Amino acid sequence: MSKPKVGIFGLTGCGGCQLEILNLEDQLIDLVSAIDIVHFTEAITEYSDNYDIALVEGSVTTKHDIERLEHIGKIAKIIVAIGACACSGGLNCLKNLYGVEKAKELVYGDKKDWIDTVETKPIDAYVKVDYYARGCPPARAEIVDIVKSLIVGKIPEIPNYPVCIECKRLGNTCLYEFGIVCMGPIARAGCDARCPSAKSGCVACRGFIDDPNINAQKDILAKYNLTVEDIMEKFNLYNACKKDKNEQKTK
Amino acid sequence: MAENLNIEVSPISRVEGHGDLVIDMKNKKVEKLMLRIPESPRFFEAMLVGRNWTEPSHITSRICGICSVAHTYASIKATEAALGVKINDQILKLRKLIFHHECVQSNTLHVYFLAAPDFLGAGSVFPLVQTNPEIVNIALRLKKMANDMVRIIGGRAIHPITTVVGGFTKLPAEQEMYQMRDMLKSAYPDLEASLKFFKTLKLPEFKRETEYISITDNKEYALYDGKIKSSDGWIIDGKDYLTKIKENVVEHSTGKHCRASRDSYMVGALSRFNNNYDKLSDNAKTFAEELGLKAPCYNTFMINFAQFVEIVHSIDDSIKLIDDLMQSGLDENKAMVNVKPKAGRGVGVVEAPRGLLIHDYTYNDEGKVTKANLIIPTNMNYANVEKDMADYLPLVINKSEDEITLAMEMLIRAYDPCISCSTHFLNVKLNK
Repeated sequence: MSKPKVGIFGLTGCGGCQLEILNLEDQLIDLVSAIDIVHFTEAITEYSDNYDIALVEGSVTTKHDIERLEHIGKIAKIIVAIGACACSGGLNCLKNLYGVEKAKELVYGDKKDWIDTVETKPIDAYVKVDYYARGCPPARAEIVDIVKSLIVGKIPEIPNYPVCIECKRLGNTCLYEFGIVCMGPIARAGCDARCPSAKSGCVACRGFIDDPNINAQKDILAKYNLTVEDIMEKFNLYNACKKDKNEQKTK
Repeated sequence: MAENLNIEVSPISRVEGHGDLVIDMKNKKVEKLMLRIPESPRFFEAMLVGRNWTEPSHITSRICGICSVAHTYASIKATEAALGVKINDQILKLRKLIFHHECVQSNTLHVYFLAAPDFLGAGSVFPLVQTNPEIVNIALRLKKMANDMVRIIGGRAIHPITTVVGGFTKLPAEQEMYQMRDMLKSAYPDLEASLKFFKTLKLPEFKRETEYISITDNKEYALYDGKIKSSDGWIIDGKDYLTKIKENVVEHSTGKHCRASRDSYMVGALSRFNNNYDKLSDNAKTFAEELGLKAPCYNTFMINFAQFVEIVHSIDDSIKLIDDLMQSGLDENKAMVNVKPKAGRGVGVVEAPRGLLIHDYTYNDEGKVTKANLIIPTNMNYANVEKDMADYLPLVINKSEDEITLAMEMLIRAYDPCISCSTHFLNVKLNK
């Protein structure tokens, strides 16, 4: 069986997800022998437009991004969204919250008409996405797991339970006991609760579990005299694009 | 020799972000010679407005995956300056320790993975797995060591978690401090082997003297704290950066070009080396000498060796920092200092791996951001890159078009540009 051909791309983002792939360190050489990376501009000069699988980092924030993404969509049989920006729009969505025209005015002033920028969206607003490696940055183990699954032809297992489960498994003291706001009760696990483990509240960079029990979160808040405003501010760091989920492309 | 050249590389590989090389020559006359930046504008200045003082470091960390610690700390220092926060010695030492290792990680990535392939005739590090496995394994080990250092102190290698305004949310365990010391000590054989390898590489002969700007400190090789120094003979406090640094819009680039005392200046490892050579560890100085790197150096390609010398220095200095900290051990009660929001403006200046980085924030009395400016090192290099290109082209003009293209790409790569960081504009009125 021939090795799957893979292209690794970055739209508008920080490059951290592609760096996490290079950060696989001991596993990197194994990965490179199991797949054929034919397009990876950040690390490789030669490139080919003949790939089966595309790993895409970054959100869509410019017309140029849309063109590049649609081109990738025509070639790749499987698209994996890597990182919060590609999966849900990520932090780049704060531009939408602020207002795209307002943002252009603030940052570019009278040069604003030179600027190519559109409302930030996750990549599944433009192409069908088969798998999501969520998080900011994503968990290396999950990227490897998805790629391995694609090689052997099985469906990767992505957790659909809250971060609280991982915290409990690690024996962490609940951050609410320290008066720290944490979105663990509704955020999707798969990151080994790395932020609560570092005594920093979860900000749901991996998005929410399906059908999150919002009410349970409110009960915890009420118990600790915290306001909904605090949560809404945290909620919008990584999920400001969530409203547009109904325009997600299925094909 | 070619009379006409029509070169366009879009995008250049093995740099972070999207930059295009454009060379247009007709009848021996150069009509276009530029590093065009079509990278998406990021809008961080807008995204910070209205956010609470606890958030900017988390948000601006996401400007860049490679230099997330640098942005995190430029941000934290700006907020602490604005809010009048004074940290203690333990926090300062831990910050310097984690700061060293983002630099090691980034410099390792650049020298071994992004730049070295060119000197070995390869298009990436991957073929080197077959032809030069020893150096690839060294590179992976050094990168892993640096990433582990950042993860142990910061909670995660990219976009650190424990690093906040006022200190650390969690300290490393005592055992982890000694573990880090062991990791650092075990890197020396790899550094020696790398030195042997780098000595076999032939860097292009190129010289163009320019203005070199970096931070500087009386006691140490400045990366985390310092005043801004120019090789043209001035030193200013970080908060006065606008008195010397001017930005202007250039049509072919979403990243602005910068000027200080001359038409262009350089920031990054070579500027730091030129300005602060005497503060390097003795060991690092020896490595520099072995590589033929002397201060001041005007060869842009030597940035690669300066980065390697900095790796050596950072490892030496980290061991000292750990030994200092473990004299009294880590004190949980000193992990964080108290922070009260108040109105104010603060400027945070650090050396990101690629050069001088400045965050400038203004807060209202609720502790919310009203205004933010971000000055990015790669921006500061664009004008200098193009001046270098103009001087270098005549030296390579007798080669084939492919060789000329590669030579110019290597020149751009030497700067280790971080292009998606750099697409910002300042919303400041320039002095006319």
